Amino acid sequence: MSTPSIGYLYAAILLAAGFVFVIIATSLANLLAPHDRTKEKLQTYESGETPIGSARVQYPLGFYIFALLFVAFDVDIVFIIAWAIIFKQLSLFGFFEIFFFIVVLVLGLVYAWRKGVTRWI
Amino acid sequence: MDLATLIFWIIAVILVGSALMVVGLRNIVHSAVALILLFAMAAGIYVLLDAEFIAIVQILIYAGAVTILILFALMLTRITGQQSRTNPTNKQWWIALVICTLLGVSIIYAATTSPHAVATVGSDSGQLPAGINNVVRIGQLLYSPTQYSFVLPFEIASLVLLVAIIGAIVIGRED
Repeated sequence: MSTPSIGYLYAAILLAAGFVFVIIATSLANLLAPHDRTKEKLQTYESGETPIGSARVQYPLGFYIFALLFVAFDVDIVFIIAWAIIFKQLSLFGFFEIFFFIVVLVLGLVYAWRKGVTRWI
Repeated sequence: MDLATLIFWIIAVILVGSALMVVGLRNIVHSAVALILLFAMAAGIYVLLDAEFIAIVQILIYAGAVTILILFALMLTRITGQQSRTNPTNKQWWIALVICTLLGVSIIYAATTSPHAVATVGSDSGQLPAGINNVVRIGQLLYSPTQYSFVLPFEIASLVLLVAIIGAIVIGRED
């Protein structure tokens, strides 16, 4: 196991800064906000629509295709990251290589579009 | 104890803790959120092993996509009854104990007796050149045509992804 390189120090600082920012922001809001818990304040939409029924309803199963499509295009992003890191070393060949890769995947997106997957349910 | 070992132990403790939370928490949505933490910690282990590409894959696909898939599956199926008892236990913990003990013993046995357990640092054949991490090396192998490269398998991989997309649409669409 080698020692981690110095580049990860910045990533660690960013991670720590993210946690610290969230902790400070939420605790500051908790300190500053008034705590009068009136009936109107505890509603889902304060001075808005009155909610009907539970929020835990069953959504249409067609939404699962969006998640499946997201997984497929996420795998595609992994390849694009490896391409983008060495983009400056590559010739025009590398550009056309990733271009055809994306074109093939866009065919899948076009198929989904034509089949009406992207329609609002 | 050097810094890498310290970081490893911190990550390992959080990893095992979140894995126990995945199987132990009673609300299955909380289990799925603990699974995200588990995948992120596994990515940290991969970074410590100098396998940055695997770490990227772990974060993007497992922590990003697979847990989204699981959460979508939970959202789209109807959960009846108490929300807090959606991840129930059963009475088979002793079978799990036997299996886990056997698995742990065999892993420890394999790790201590295998000749591959010793890192072969110093032999040049498997080493990357200095200043090149393995994401760059994988990119060079995939995208530059001059050396021994994987251009054709890469393009075929896009076809495999296309088949996966179309298959998901064909199977998943409700007609």
